[in-house]
Amino acid sequence: MHLYNLTVQAPTAITHAVVGNFSGARQQELVLSRGTRLELARLDSQTGKLSTVIASDVFGSIRSLAAFRLTGGSKGTSSLLWLWQFSSVLSQHISPSDYAIVGSDSGRIVILEYDPQTSSFVKIHQETYGKSGTRRIVPGQYLATDPKGRAVMISAMEKAKLVYILNRDAAAKLTISSPLEAHKANAIIHHVVGLDVGFENPTFAALEVDYTESDQDATGEAFSNAQKMLTYYELDLGLNHVVRKWSEPTDLRANLLVQVPGGQAASSDRYDGPSGVLVCCEDHIIYRNMDAPQHRVRIPRRDYPFQDDERGLIITAAVMHKMKGAFFFLLQSEEGDLYKVTIEHEEQEVKALKIKYFDTVPVASSLCIMKSGFLFVAAEFGNHHLYQFLKLGDEDEEREHSSTDYPSFGMADPNAPLPRALFRPHALENLALVDELESLNPIIDCKVLNLLPNAGTPQTFAACGRGSRSTFRTLRYGLEADEAINFDLRGIPTSVWTTKLKEDDQFDAYIVLSFINGTLVLSVGETITDAEDSGFLTTSPTIAVQQIGVDGLLQVHPHGIRHILPDKRVNEWQAPPEKMIVNATTNKRQVVVALNSGELVYFELDLEGQLNEYQDRRAMGSTILSLSVAEVPEGRQRTPYLVDRSSVPPAEFADVLYQAVGCEDQTVRIISLDPENTLEVISLQALTAPPSSICIAEILDASLNRAQPTTFVNIGLQNGVLLRTVLDPLNGQLTDTRSRFLGTRPVKLIRVVLHGNPAVLALSSRTWLNYTYQNMMHFIPLIYENLESAWTFSAELVPNGFIGVSGSVLRIFHITKLGSKLKQDVIPLDNTPRKFVAHPANGFFYLIESDHRAYSASAAEQELERLRATGKEFDKEILDLPQREFGRPKAPAGIWSSCIRIIDPVEACYGRTVRVVELDNNEAAFSIAAVPFAARDNVLHLVVGTAQDTFLSPRSCTSGFLRTYKFVEDGRGLELLHKTEVDDVPLAILGFQGRLAAGVGKSLRLYDIGKQKLLRKNFPSTIVTLNTQGSRLLVGDMQESIHFAVYKPPETRLIIFADDTQPRYITTTTMLDYNTVVAGDRFGNIFVNRLDPKVSDQIDDDPVGAGIMHEKGILMGAPHKTSLLAHFHVGDIITSLHKVSMVTGAREVIIYTGLHGTIGVLVPFISKEDVDFISTLEQHMRTEQLSLVGRDHLAWRGYYVPVKAVVDGDLCEMFARLLPHRQSVIAGELDRTVGEVLKKLEQLRVMAIGF
Amino acid sequence: MSSELRYTANTQLEHLHARYTGTGHADLTKYEWLTHQHRDTLSSIVGHPTLTSYLAIADGEAVGRVKFEMTERMLQPCGPPPPKDD
Repeated sequence: MHLYNLTVQAPTAITHAVVGNFSGARQQELVLSRGTRLELARLDSQTGKLSTVIASDVFGSIRSLAAFRLTGGSKGTSSLLWLWQFSSVLSQHISPSDYAIVGSDSGRIVILEYDPQTSSFVKIHQETYGKSGTRRIVPGQYLATDPKGRAVMISAMEKAKLVYILNRDAAAKLTISSPLEAHKANAIIHHVVGLDVGFENPTFAALEVDYTESDQDATGEAFSNAQKMLTYYELDLGLNHVVRKWSEPTDLRANLLVQVPGGQAASSDRYDGPSGVLVCCEDHIIYRNMDAPQHRVRIPRRDYPFQDDERGLIITAAVMHKMKGAFFFLLQSEEGDLYKVTIEHEEQEVKALKIKYFDTVPVASSLCIMKSGFLFVAAEFGNHHLYQFLKLGDEDEEREHSSTDYPSFGMADPNAPLPRALFRPHALENLALVDELESLNPIIDCKVLNLLPNAGTPQTFAACGRGSRSTFRTLRYGLEADEAINFDLRGIPTSVWTTKLKEDDQFDAYIVLSFINGTLVLSVGETITDAEDSGFLTTSPTIAVQQIGVDGLLQVHPHGIRHILPDKRVNEWQAPPEKMIVNATTNKRQVVVALNSGELVYFELDLEGQLNEYQDRRAMGSTILSLSVAEVPEGRQRTPYLVDRSSVPPAEFADVLYQAVGCEDQTVRIISLDPENTLEVISLQALTAPPSSICIAEILDASLNRAQPTTFVNIGLQNGVLLRTVLDPLNGQLTDTRSRFLGTRPVKLIRVVLHGNPAVLALSSRTWLNYTYQNMMHFIPLIYENLESAWTFSAELVPNGFIGVSGSVLRIFHITKLGSKLKQDVIPLDNTPRKFVAHPANGFFYLIESDHRAYSASAAEQELERLRATGKEFDKEILDLPQREFGRPKAPAGIWSSCIRIIDPVEACYGRTVRVVELDNNEAAFSIAAVPFAARDNVLHLVVGTAQDTFLSPRSCTSGFLRTYKFVEDGRGLELLHKTEVDDVPLAILGFQGRLAAGVGKSLRLYDIGKQKLLRKNFPSTIVTLNTQGSRLLVGDMQESIHFAVYKPPETRLIIFADDTQPRYITTTTMLDYNTVVAGDRFGNIFVNRLDPKVSDQIDDDPVGAGIMHEKGILMGAPHKTSLLAHFHVGDIITSLHKVSMVTGAREVIIYTGLHGTIGVLVPFISKEDVDFISTLEQHMRTEQLSLVGRDHLAWRGYYVPVKAVVDGDLCEMFARLLPHRQSVIAGELDRTVGEVLKKLEQLRVMAIGF
Repeated sequence: MSSELRYTANTQLEHLHARYTGTGHADLTKYEWLTHQHRDTLSSIVGHPTLTSYLAIADGEAVGRVKFEMTERMLQPCGPPPPKDD
């Protein structure tokens, strides 16, 4: 077994985000770390939409990210060049730009620059300082930069801190020094930040705890006296040395440091700020600086009538923003509330520290403020949000708490908490949501099924999200099309076109619809109306419509060609008597028509705007089915094309010999339109079926040619196959043919314009779009109605749209999200989803949700009741705030909110919640299964495993239950039959041989309906997954991998006969066949285990299992061991695995989902040659050192266990992005051409996932 | 082994232990070993974004809170050391 790993959807979580001018242009960009990927996103401040510019897999784990700018820095130019900066071309490259520093698990510090020319990140420096891996004392966890960009500190979790000096050499190139150590042994580091000290020596502040004494003191006194120190490390630039400048104890529960502006402005003597840091502690914020009085305020908390009062509130994200002469902070608490913190200061002396509630947004992993007035919230779970600032909360009613309200600025007794400050959260007042980046993070459970009608490929149903922002998402692969208008035509058109009136018009003027016996012309204005006096012939069907020349229109109909001049005069060319035009192709200068006699007639527009027929007609000797001529190249339109030969691109014709025998004679011919050999056949390609449509399009594909667009000849066949070949512009030969099955209907191809770039729409039983995105060509199905005909459409309201006909309905739509290949439909949930099952018959989903530290509706009501009984007054309105945005009051540990939800996934195309069954008595659901009970005639029952008063660490519960439900109302309801008590948390349940198998804590038990437990078998730690085939049970243990057990009914025995040699922290498992199992573990690995078939037979042949029972165990485990077939480190925790076929009729693949939103596939290789070829390619790709964080690819994919029998397709596909000479070197090593390698890679992808 | 050599070997070893925190040696007590194990595990959890998310989801806490509590616990993950019997 050999597998090929492909990522369908890269992780969507954002772990870090930084803002800066990375491209050197005037606008700000974001660099986003998605855990294992680095992305550059740009904000269009006009539309408020964020778009990804580039995304790159780093093959490593990003742990920290920072942006910095060298003082007065400019990109790639010397200071002499500043005089030129008025030149608009150059200014783009002259204005200063930021660099990104990445801390990762590679043991290296990496400085990246964005190169706008090649649109890629460039590694400027990569300095090795330690071992790879996420280790305690190897730096990489925290990064802090000096605000003037002179130094950077990179720190580990414990002890190690390294400082690098950044500078510029004579050529203005960034230089990096060797590292200076600022280690402190036996110190745990909580946070590190760069101080703003202006142009004094760069200084860093660290929050550290020393454990030397508490490790020695048996009485525990040293531990309780341990102090958290705020320490300043100063980099002495003169001595090239780091000294510990200052160290003072601060609050013991401090967790975060925030830089406070300081230093003098260059132009004046005024200080930008007081310098120092904000120390964010539990419940408090302290302003701190060397030799300055401290200021302390309490973090206001929500005024809930009931909540866990023991709990403190911490700040989890912070951002500082400097404006002209002022600055403020936005701090976010763990509940998502933003606080605006300001510091009143006179020169360097702080007068007051003030805090007030600002707004509530999702809990963020990073906050970024952009100068254009936007706030980007990279949510830790769920969609990422972009907000626009409406105001800065200066003049509102919200109460401001100041350090001057307290004695000694709140530091009278630093150990005693300040009096409580409260607020009531409100709907957004200062911010307005402008954009959302969809994020699947976290995917907790997932199913791949084909439930939706006419979808073609299976859909992915994912239970995502956390807490009250949880969602259930239906994912379909393809581009999302937004419909603008549709209307019924009361007739079925065969084709549709749109046309402008003049060459330089922005919008289309006419929609032309051809019917079997006539043509309808609609004019497009503010409304769409019937056009009168358009000059088009309406009594006959239309074959082609074209805006020709500067201001002419052209209509081709079966009996001739009408050239409509702007003054509505018509020049008509009549088809020869007895002959009809059957096919035509046009561009702005040329027209070629095919007659039913198999002849071609060629016209060119001359300089006077007259259409002239070429003197000869060419007989093709067979019926012509389709033809296509390329668009006149951009910029050549006004050149006299007859003089400039290259401006007249070749046309090409399809032509089918019906009288021929077999398929080989079905051909496509390339015919020259060159004045020297007009209408001569240049080359010929044989096809496997008659062509139905041809389209020549010039599309940019950087893997073939990164400088200019490549001319593709797309040939659609009548059997639904599309052939894509590359036309060699010099000799007209067709090369590099790739084929793809599009659907069951003959393919129709249309050249369209998508956001200003050429693209091709391919219509079959599904609609596909072939376009360029981020310089790479994509070919993706549209998620839309099937279309019979389509064209580009551009009007004031729909500037970048398409128009299409399906049946008698005319549809106008547009495609906005070119980057996302997944269309998501969302159903909101109330709690964190845990697991779900699909009912095999009625197609409903049964989903369990449970949230720890949350009050269920009934528990909240009880609390309120209790409060009312005490007669205390409380704020009831705060409980009525929408929970989806504001969350719920935090409950103490051991309190759960949980429910069972019935979802109809098909209704209204994207599903709906049918019913919610709340669980009472503080029960939380952990497992669910649909079980056919043999004792009830194999009728399906729903069994839900719950536990009451569950604590997670250490795991305990007062009682577990197996709740058995009967499906009522066709599955729309559930009727509780009974609750079976169990003694631990049931984490896995499964229908097994007409009974129920339940993993309760560490024991596996068998139950039958109406009877008590039948059997019990213990496993090492805790059972988390169960799978079965026949009488075999596969038990996944939380720590000890997968055990194979067999049930022997005669003796009612359950015998473990095989297990794994390695301990594995299993998260999910799926059986690939009777002896093979694929599983994911908690550290991001996927592996495949197989049992020896001989052992398998031996076990099955033993009737009562007596033989197995008395076999001797090996290595303190079962008598047999499974062997490892494949192993791969994905880098995201695997949450579900499925064995499905993604393309109709194709072979099955393994689909996996990861917690951070990864969706990927593992494709089994078919042939040994493929394995050899792709593995060799992977080896060569590894030596290219493509990792942006400097992690060795082989080490990354073999993070915990050496990678085995899995080829990383993500790495192989980066072949397309290599420089051309590297491509040809590697291809040469493989004895192939570059085209062949690319074709093979595409073929592997298309065979597995269909696009 | 001459006494001189033993002396230098020892200082080298001590130097290495001081440099590579968490490295074991022959006289390591059970408590020290366990504490190292826990600190390594806790720092690994904080260092892997997926693991912190995983714990945060299970526990219904914010990722920032999970990281903070894990880092706090590194101070004394296994309780106070056993009393020395001398």
